[in-house]
Amino acid sequence: MVSKELVVCNRAGIHARPAAMIVKVANKFKSDLFMIKEDMKINGKSIMGVITLGAGYKSKILISCEGEDEKDMADAIEKLFENRFEE
Amino acid sequence: MTTCSILELLDIDLKEQNKLQLSCIAGRLGLSNKITSSKISRPGLPLSGYFEAFAGEAVQVFGHGEQSYVTMLEEKGDYKNIEKLFSYNVPCCIFTHSFMPSNKIIEIAENSGTPILQTTLISSDFSRHLYQLLDEIFAPTKTIHGVLVEVYGIGVLITGDSGVGKSETALELIERGHRLISDDTVKLRNLGSTYLIGSGENPVLAHHMEIRGIGIINLANIFGVGAIREKKQIQLMVHLEEWDSTKSYDRVGEDTMSETLLGIAVAKLIIPVKPGRNIPIIIETAARNERLKQLGYFSAKEFDQNVLKWFESEAARKMYYINEENT
Repeated sequence: MVSKELVVCNRAGIHARPAAMIVKVANKFKSDLFMIKEDMKINGKSIMGVITLGAGYKSKILISCEGEDEKDMADAIEKLFENRFEE
Repeated sequence: MTTCSILELLDIDLKEQNKLQLSCIAGRLGLSNKITSSKISRPGLPLSGYFEAFAGEAVQVFGHGEQSYVTMLEEKGDYKNIEKLFSYNVPCCIFTHSFMPSNKIIEIAENSGTPILQTTLISSDFSRHLYQLLDEIFAPTKTIHGVLVEVYGIGVLITGDSGVGKSETALELIERGHRLISDDTVKLRNLGSTYLIGSGENPVLAHHMEIRGIGIINLANIFGVGAIREKKQIQLMVHLEEWDSTKSYDRVGEDTMSETLLGIAVAKLIIPVKPGRNIPIIIETAARNERLKQLGYFSAKEFDQNVLKWFESEAARKMYYINEENT
């Protein structure tokens, strides 16, 4: 299992479009992706779940990837956050 | 652990019949006090001087009995126990029946920073409503991945991996007249270790659904208000999984499987998904079957008993015929 703490760097937070990007990237991998914010743990492969997190600007999110390609998956998700979801 | 401040308690918007009808009459400094316990204390014994096992962390409710005792103490000019009670940092004191405490008590409350609230309700009604509310606030919660629908009055939680068809199944169920509580993330609450209540994580996002190929849709708008529900007790879990030919699935249904969520056991079915299998109809049937079970009819067991009865009667008849032939 690979865990990483990521910070939402785009002003608008994780709204529909960034959520769709996360899910799209996550679904390319076989591993499971979980995103944890405070006491909420959701499946990173579902759009509604990711939006439900309500991750606004500067909020911290712990991601954990589990499976055969967990390392690549965590890196890919981290890259998305670093690129501010191209916003 | 979740907490609730006194201010939140005053602000909470409950349905008409559950209204607490509270107003703050003193000690506004303490409105940020946190309630950390789901207990309610009736401070009769502490007022009479017995402070052993006093639940100082709980909300103190002064009913008729306590109120007349306080009045009696005041007539005597004995404020020792009242002052001691307020020194315990109680989160708040609530007077029922719109009782107005004396200025001296309000002064003690102001000095200790303890809010004094007043309600127009009578003690028994107020305690009942407050217990119910505190139970909900302090209920253990958990968020899980799944879809919660109400089918023929049974709360059915559909779980399964991403892409197995949970949302599509729920959509078909709604089309057939059932109701959606939440898609994708379901917040579970354990109420009094008896009921497992599921609701949407966020009221803004509940009743929306993501369907691959269409995008996000608002079910309340598309299907009308009759297709949605705010919360529902979970009575059946249906786990969808890809058909695995090496695995054997339940064929008789005599044994009931269950899964424990937040300490409450819920009946569980595993339903294999394969193209051409109409999952919504299977779930509808499972819900009807569950209702029958709750009414005391267990289809599979009854079927088996009937089979056994038939065997017995058949065996008896055979015995009779054998005897006939011999004679």
